[in-house]
Amino acid sequence: MKMSFLLNGESVSTSVNTGTETLLDFLRQDAGLYGTKEGCNEGDCGACSVIVTGHDGVPRPMNACILFLPQLQGRAVRTVEGISGPDGNLHPVQEAMIAKHGAQCGFCTPGFITTMAAAHATGQTDFDTALAGNLCRCTGYAPIIRAAEMAATAPVPKWMQDLPPTTGHASSDAIFCPLSSDELAQWYQQNPEATLVAGGTDVGLWVTKHMRRPAPIAFLSQVSDLRHIEDHPDHLRVGAAVTITELMQAIASISTSLHSMLARYGSPQVRNAATIGGNIANGSPIGDGPPALIAMGAILILRRGSERRRMPLEDFFIAYQHQDRLPGEFVEAVELLKDQTGLRCYKLSKRFDQDISAVCGCLNITAKDGIITQARIAFGGMAGTPARALRTETALIGQIWSAETFATAQAAMAQDFTPLSDMRASAEYRARTAENMLMRYYHDIEHKPVDIREVRA
Amino acid sequence: MNSTASMPHDTARQHVSGAARYVDDIPIPRGTLHLAFGLSPVAAGALTSVDLSAVSAAEGVRLVLLAKDLPFANDVSPSAHDEPLLADTTVHYAGQPIFLVVAESHHAARQAARLAEIEIDQTPAILTIEQALAADSRFEDGPRIYSKGDSARALLESSNHLSGSLNVGGQEHFYLEGQAALALPGDQGDMVVHSSTQHPTEIQHKVSEALNIPQHAVRVEVRRMGGGFGGKESQGNALAVACAVAASLTGRPCKMRYDRDDDFIITGKRHDCRVDYEVGFDALGQVEALDFKHYFRCGWAQDLSLPVADRAMLHSDNAYDLPNVKITSHRLKTNTQSATAFRGFGGPQGMIGIERVMDHIAHELDLDPAQVRRVNYYPEMSVPPNARPPATTPYRMAVTDFILGDMTAALLESSQYQTRKSEVARWNANNMLLKRGIAFSPLKFGISFTLTHLNQAGALVQIYTDGSVLINHGGTEMGQGLFQKVAQVAARSLGVMQSYIRASATDTSKVPNTSATAASSGTDLNGMAVQAACQTLRDRLQSHLADVYHCQSDAILFEAGMVTGPNFKISWAEAVTSAYEARISLSATGFYKTPDIAWDRIKGEGRPFLYFAYGAAVTEVVIDTLTGENRILRCDILHDCGTSLNPALDIGQIEGGFVQGAGWLTTEELVWDTQGRLKTHAPSTYKIPACSDRPEVFNVSLWQGANPKKTIYRSKAVGEPPFMHGISAYLALSNAVSACGLNYPDLQAPATSEEVFCAIKRAQGRAT
Repeated sequence: MKMSFLLNGESVSTSVNTGTETLLDFLRQDAGLYGTKEGCNEGDCGACSVIVTGHDGVPRPMNACILFLPQLQGRAVRTVEGISGPDGNLHPVQEAMIAKHGAQCGFCTPGFITTMAAAHATGQTDFDTALAGNLCRCTGYAPIIRAAEMAATAPVPKWMQDLPPTTGHASSDAIFCPLSSDELAQWYQQNPEATLVAGGTDVGLWVTKHMRRPAPIAFLSQVSDLRHIEDHPDHLRVGAAVTITELMQAIASISTSLHSMLARYGSPQVRNAATIGGNIANGSPIGDGPPALIAMGAILILRRGSERRRMPLEDFFIAYQHQDRLPGEFVEAVELLKDQTGLRCYKLSKRFDQDISAVCGCLNITAKDGIITQARIAFGGMAGTPARALRTETALIGQIWSAETFATAQAAMAQDFTPLSDMRASAEYRARTAENMLMRYYHDIEHKPVDIREVRA
Repeated sequence: MNSTASMPHDTARQHVSGAARYVDDIPIPRGTLHLAFGLSPVAAGALTSVDLSAVSAAEGVRLVLLAKDLPFANDVSPSAHDEPLLADTTVHYAGQPIFLVVAESHHAARQAARLAEIEIDQTPAILTIEQALAADSRFEDGPRIYSKGDSARALLESSNHLSGSLNVGGQEHFYLEGQAALALPGDQGDMVVHSSTQHPTEIQHKVSEALNIPQHAVRVEVRRMGGGFGGKESQGNALAVACAVAASLTGRPCKMRYDRDDDFIITGKRHDCRVDYEVGFDALGQVEALDFKHYFRCGWAQDLSLPVADRAMLHSDNAYDLPNVKITSHRLKTNTQSATAFRGFGGPQGMIGIERVMDHIAHELDLDPAQVRRVNYYPEMSVPPNARPPATTPYRMAVTDFILGDMTAALLESSQYQTRKSEVARWNANNMLLKRGIAFSPLKFGISFTLTHLNQAGALVQIYTDGSVLINHGGTEMGQGLFQKVAQVAARSLGVMQSYIRASATDTSKVPNTSATAASSGTDLNGMAVQAACQTLRDRLQSHLADVYHCQSDAILFEAGMVTGPNFKISWAEAVTSAYEARISLSATGFYKTPDIAWDRIKGEGRPFLYFAYGAAVTEVVIDTLTGENRILRCDILHDCGTSLNPALDIGQIEGGFVQGAGWLTTEELVWDTQGRLKTHAPSTYKIPACSDRPEVFNVSLWQGANPKKTIYRSKAVGEPPFMHGISAYLALSNAVSACGLNYPDLQAPATSEEVFCAIKRAQGRAT
């Protein structure tokens, strides 16, 4: 299949055979652009970061190692080679990185430069968050942050303007790139064995690490009607292909707790690619989206052909690697109630940023007149699926809002979950910390300091 | 110190624009083949059958090699010739290369490498320290023992006793650039190898042995590495040898780079270990007797484990004058990756042992841990030698350059240690769930290779007729700024502007018989060698100009690109041209060997180091008692670089070293399953510090003081020492956990959230 996209301001055409050719391989093997580095080949180090500008015109960093070429249709890509001006002038972040000694071995540097340039272009100044997806082993990050701060006030160079191309859509039966959910629904019903790729942050690893070549394959990045968030009076209807970045923007005013938890979901590069539909559909027991959505009482909307089903999200997860999804059926949307004042989301991982949760606890408890009236508590990392802590909820409902009530309810957690041990955490640690998240919730609502990230020296 | 010394890295502009080339970026000749290893899925056993038919038949595969197919030496060991490139009859760890695939593309090679049918008659794997001790599976006949005084008797006589045990985790290097090599066959059976290595000469030797050709027929070139940290001292041998053998057999260029997971699974890491201690001390916390037992898990091959474990012993004293001490070191052979060099080279493991002892004593006596450390310090250099007691290390080296007394006073003051200690206590009294901790730790690190003959370096300096200068030396650039620092040495020696100097890629055909760029020695050794070469050239120029201008040669000055005599002033380029026309040689070699060192590693006696580098850190943390989650809030460091050659680059080493050291002791956890398979083999599961893990308040200062030894412009080595500032983060966590209960927390390393959580239970006496 022939396709084209914009690369450093110029249109490039290429042919894809399987659709699983990555942008990183294209850059390094075909385009002769060696500045973009392969550090891990799984989207966890950021050395391959490039700037991708999509339909909304916003430049965003993404990991080229797990970005498939068909995902780039209708998009503009800028690599480190395109960050300097056409006459060789350095970008302000490049000047600053030299001035502040932000590069030592230099291997992670191109990825930092592109991520920093994207943050610079959008006026982002929370650099710990903006750069959470770029690992550096030499500098200890301090000089990189100094450089980002130094460049922040400089104007955006005019060569950084990228407008995505509006023409050149390509698609084939084997590499299907639909433009609408109707097209997708029809094709997927006829090709139920197909792999659907939205952000590719999971399927990317099937290809780069497990050497699989899924076929047939469909890329959803241009299905515009799956990328909508509909704002209804009491709920949001979030399309399956809405990225985590877009979801964060939409829920910022609904739950600051969920927003700050999602700020630790993957990295900016991952959140710019990954979609909420993908996070649900892959059924992972350790995804961070589902526990939060379950605690929010989310309704899942599945579609097969022209038929739709609605279900509470928790019912979708039947068992490990087994979901209530029919052949040819796909996640179309999820509906979220907007009143989430009681929601708190706690992510426990070895490293704060860009790490997979050992335990993800999302609690949504309502009390009226000092009595707990409702509780929706969901966990990731505690079972083969994201799951509700139903016995714990029962132990809370109807009880007095007090530390004692929460302490007592902790015992019920052992009946809800029998977690496993793995390289992230032991079963015992998972069990005890999940219980303790109940206590944290109580103190959190009581406005006691519970978040070490808010403590300053 | 002049401010222009803080010049950026020599290729900073190339780094930020993506133009800096690493091995995988070198444009490859048409027809280049790509390699991948097929790995052992099990930790121990005998190879009974290897069916490679599917591998050979796979698309794009040109050649598949087993050990028996190798033409000559099947060995990539840096030491004991015990490390076959490809397993012959037995496998020794899960991840050991068994066969080599040579294919038309990197992907084709990786894909085919998974298609082998391998049968292995498994034997019981020795994985843990306990299993290795039970099986007496070890390197060397028995443990090494270094001692001073009579620790057994002193322990009996001491009034206070403590004992304990600290598990110290290993560490994956996680250089951002994975291992890579490219071999280009020449027309006389010779071989050019581009390798991401800290040790080009060793690559040259191993390739020479594998191809059975003289060393002069192998040229190894290294322009830069994307990080090394010790992980490219010996671990690049396998790729370079594989490429050279395949290139020799096929006549085509061959390239190999490890996918990140393979890099984790195949290559060695920092040694994990256990340090047991028994200590006797007085009421002030002064140590009277100390007995250490080190148990190092070295993995399946010897690699550099003996000098690593030696260096751990040599840093078991750290900053402290121990009158009676015995260190017993077991180097255990296990069916795991062969542990290797990693920044500090055992020093960090030795040092955290004694720092743990100091922490334990202070807890026991309820004294300020900083004060307990100070009462144990070696005598200060500023005290006149005849007024201070002679102090020697446990290995009988006199400590004559000790400056930590003054540095400690300065740092405790600048970091407001006492005030903040009170603030931490107040916070802890008022907060139930979140606890803070603060800790001070000093470091003293010995500078020189303990294998004395490695302390030598060569350089080649060439001046061209336009006045530009090309320098070359045996050191490799891995991000540390060596090339920049040495270029500054050359500019200063020749009295020319920095822009005249260019450092070229490290090349075994320019400077032979080099040592690895390791042991923090890069600038000390190569700076001196380049300076010597520059001095030779300057002498020639001076003597020539003295003849031309009829003046005393020592009256001729070289400064800022000008050459000035009593009766003339000409530009550097004019001086060079004049010398060229007078047929004066404008290229010179330089050589340096470290003076005054001698070491007997079997006896554990002598002077292994030319000098010590010092530093001190104060770190503050906060922990969440509900989960053990923790953060570093602030870090203040005062570090000794002697007279810094380049303060900006030195501070870069210190900041980066601290964060890497703190990572080792907090989030970086290597996990093997019960079968010996590494489960944390990618950044998804192995967590080095990310941006937000650095201390939000991070104050790094350089100690102002010249090296009393005549090192290059009186500077001190800086590569490894700052790594050990990370120990202060571990100690601060221990301090925070101590606020949760009365018992000693017995915090183990790495102090992951889970480990901190468990330590809280121990402090509270509620451990399960």
